[in-house]
Amino acid sequence: MQASDDMTDWAGLMARVRDHQDRAAFAALFRHFAPRVKSFLMKSGADATLAEECAQDVMATLWHKAHLFDPSRASVATWIFTIARNRRIDALRKARRPEPEELDWGPEAEPDGADLFESRQETTRLGAALAQLPDKQRALIERAYFGDLSHGELAAETGLPLGTIKSRIRLALEKLRQQMS
Amino acid sequence: MTIRHHLSDQLLMSYAAGDLPEAFNLVVATHVSLCDDCRAQLAAFEVVGGAVLDRCDMAAMGDESLTACFARIDSLPNTPVRARKPARRNGLFPAPLADYVGGDLDRVKWRSVGAGVRQAILPTGKGASARLLHIPAGQAVPDHGHRGMELTLVLQGAFRDDSDRFGPGDVEIADQATEHTPVAEAGMDCICLAATDAPLRFNGLIPRLAQPFFRI
Repeated sequence: MQASDDMTDWAGLMARVRDHQDRAAFAALFRHFAPRVKSFLMKSGADATLAEECAQDVMATLWHKAHLFDPSRASVATWIFTIARNRRIDALRKARRPEPEELDWGPEAEPDGADLFESRQETTRLGAALAQLPDKQRALIERAYFGDLSHGELAAETGLPLGTIKSRIRLALEKLRQQMS
Repeated sequence: MTIRHHLSDQLLMSYAAGDLPEAFNLVVATHVSLCDDCRAQLAAFEVVGGAVLDRCDMAAMGDESLTACFARIDSLPNTPVRARKPARRNGLFPAPLADYVGGDLDRVKWRSVGAGVRQAILPTGKGASARLLHIPAGQAVPDHGHRGMELTLVLQGAFRDDSDRFGPGDVEIADQATEHTPVAEAGMDCICLAATDAPLRFNGLIPRLAQPFFRI
């Protein structure tokens, strides 16, 4: 299955879920992401029943946390990945996962159109970059994200173009620090 | 705070992927709370996670799964989940560490491990252990090597070893090859958060005998 390269506006659908509890918008998100979350969890070692249960949990969390999603900071896919990852740690490893301190991003600013476009594009571009990696290298990265690798087994170099993503986020953090001081 | 020693890409990626033992997660979360550079790199590794998820093939959901999901949504009270409050740090410990201690520095239950050094073991799950270390200014930590990986994050003061200086926010990543004698800088006691996936071994005789008692 290829990365979704259709131009569905997932962030727009999220906004409709958040602002109008729009069930049709949610259903579209569900049809695209729930089967992928289920597949992700099965690759992480869950059986089909548990994976289906957890995928439903993850999607229900998406509904309940819709107001916390900030499309200028992450794409919908990235955000759902973090929810699914945490669900996996909870369900399969039964471990706690301390999280970094939240930053005070201030009153809900109108998301910057450019940032919004960027975060979506970044996921698409990284998907393409992943697809172009040699099979062995890609498999290693994917196994890490399926929770199937220890940190000792990870390669130092991913071969993925992460520099531009880091720079953009770094810049946003600098702006935030300036506003705070 | 000028941070010179950062987390490695391997550690940030493993944290993003959810592959680390809890004690290492605690060090990563605490360092990232202090370091915008690692926060940005961590966010980049989460984007990789999004791309990996997006590339997953589709495992068919049950016929009634969407209906079941709406039922699940409707069964829960529709009060919005509140965001975790952004931390206003007054004390020394960033929020993730304060959660484990149950407060700030004044809440730490120190135990002496000899030579003026004190430690407090923090409750974490299997795979690695975490503890706070308090080393008096100017005091050497007994010479020790490592069997596994050890992360040491400086929270206050600084220490030096043969190769470098580690100040507030810096994290030292040591492995089997690292054999060193860190010394706390004069002027201020050094407080660190350390996590290891193996028990430390000390080269001096007495600390080695003491090891089983103190879990160091």
